[in-house]
Amino acid sequence: MRALAIVAAVASLMAGCGQGDKSEVLVSAAASLTDAFREIETEFESAHPDLDIVLNFAGSSTLREQILAGAPVDVFVPASESIMQPVVDDGLVGDSPMVLARNRLAIAVPIGNPALVTGLDDFADSALLIGLCAPAVPCGEFARRALARAGVVAEPDTNEPDVRSLLTKIAAGELDAGIVYESDLVAGGDGITGIPISDEFNVAATYPIAVVTNGDSPDGAALFVAFVATAQSRSILAANGFTTP
Amino acid sequence: MRSRTPWPLVALAVAAVLLFALPLFGLLVRTPWSGLGEILGSEVARDALWLSLVTSLGATIVALILGLPLAWLLARIEFPGRALVRGLVLLPLVLPPVVGGAALLFTFGRRGLIGGPIDELTGLVLPFSTWGAVLAATFVAMPFLVITMEGALRNLDTRYEGAASTLGAGRWMVLRRVTLPLVAPSLAAGLVLTWARALGEFGATITFAGNLQGRTQTLPLAVFVALESDRDVAVALSLVMVAISLTVLVALRHRWWGAS
Repeated sequence: MRALAIVAAVASLMAGCGQGDKSEVLVSAAASLTDAFREIETEFESAHPDLDIVLNFAGSSTLREQILAGAPVDVFVPASESIMQPVVDDGLVGDSPMVLARNRLAIAVPIGNPALVTGLDDFADSALLIGLCAPAVPCGEFARRALARAGVVAEPDTNEPDVRSLLTKIAAGELDAGIVYESDLVAGGDGITGIPISDEFNVAATYPIAVVTNGDSPDGAALFVAFVATAQSRSILAANGFTTP
Repeated sequence: MRSRTPWPLVALAVAAVLLFALPLFGLLVRTPWSGLGEILGSEVARDALWLSLVTSLGATIVALILGLPLAWLLARIEFPGRALVRGLVLLPLVLPPVVGGAALLFTFGRRGLIGGPIDELTGLVLPFSTWGAVLAATFVAMPFLVITMEGALRNLDTRYEGAASTLGAGRWMVLRRVTLPLVAPSLAAGLVLTWARALGEFGATITFAGNLQGRTQTLPLAVFVALESDRDVAVALSLVMVAISLTVLVALRHRWWGAS
């Protein structure tokens, strides 16, 4: 009987979690948006107290695979239009995606730049510990494009699954340099020094946003998408190093 | 008795079996059988297979060299703090591997407590190297060897060893001719478990050793990366891991299910 009571208690707890008085809106966003979207979440929830934004951050390609496999996501914000496209092609998007923000690439080195990295040329130096994002992730795809434009054959020592894990290893001083987003230099400020990449080689990342039809809260999703286009959200994005259209 | 088996019990047990069996079935359904040979022959797959073999065997050897003496001490010698040491041994089993990887990074990384001096003295940098992958796998897998061997050594009847000593055998002779043969089945099982855990290691490896094909990208990392770029490759590599796991289970079936 006691076991039954425990099962009942757990079941009621679980029910309570899922169906409180707030309805949940699941937002899958690129890892590079972590700080900006946490701030936007706070603003949105104070404007809409009946809605609870649940943020799911990961590499954009991971998020895409989750959605294609049927994850009940309400809003999708990857760091590249090419990542959004398969989701659109599968008919999983309500209205066509709109551009939320843009970002550019920058070189990140540990604070004080101990390995004296000066630019993209150093990424070919096998004596340095170099990190990139994996080719399947937007930051990895863009970084390789920038390196190709600069004519540099990079010798990475690791291909990280998302930009945040790359930043962590640079900030820890375990990598000498990596290619990240300009916005990450604002976000990952601690322990990171940025080195700009010239316009000639730089690649712009575009963040599309769309309501995903897999989700359980289409109305909340539409409200959130509208909210991120407001001046208030744009100033948060700008303060976090993004440019907005 | 059979007719009195309560049906709710059976229903729950069937649900449990389905929980194990369905994902396996899902994997088999998604397997690209026709292209399997080509995928497994690709450079990424071969590199990952080879590296998994090297790092898991390396971790098993290190676990044997360090873990067996520790198991012996824990089983045979009363020393202050023994309970604490035993707890430390169990920690990697409970800890999320990612946490273990982060802890390794802050300890054995270039800027780490131990990694800094190692780098200065020898120039050896563990993160982002195959040695780092071996270290990560050892960290998560060695507990299996220590626990198995501590149990085996503790349950051993010490009178055999005593008799051998009485008959004039030296300590080395006793260890080699009496103790080790008696615990050999447990040692074999402990080594296989350790190796299997090392083979499946993911979180600590990607956190501490990074992800580079041919250097630190073991099978589980290759599966994780391929899931986002080429799902057929991911499924094919997953199938290899399932096949290896099943082989281990078949090899160890006598230990867990008696001789049936």
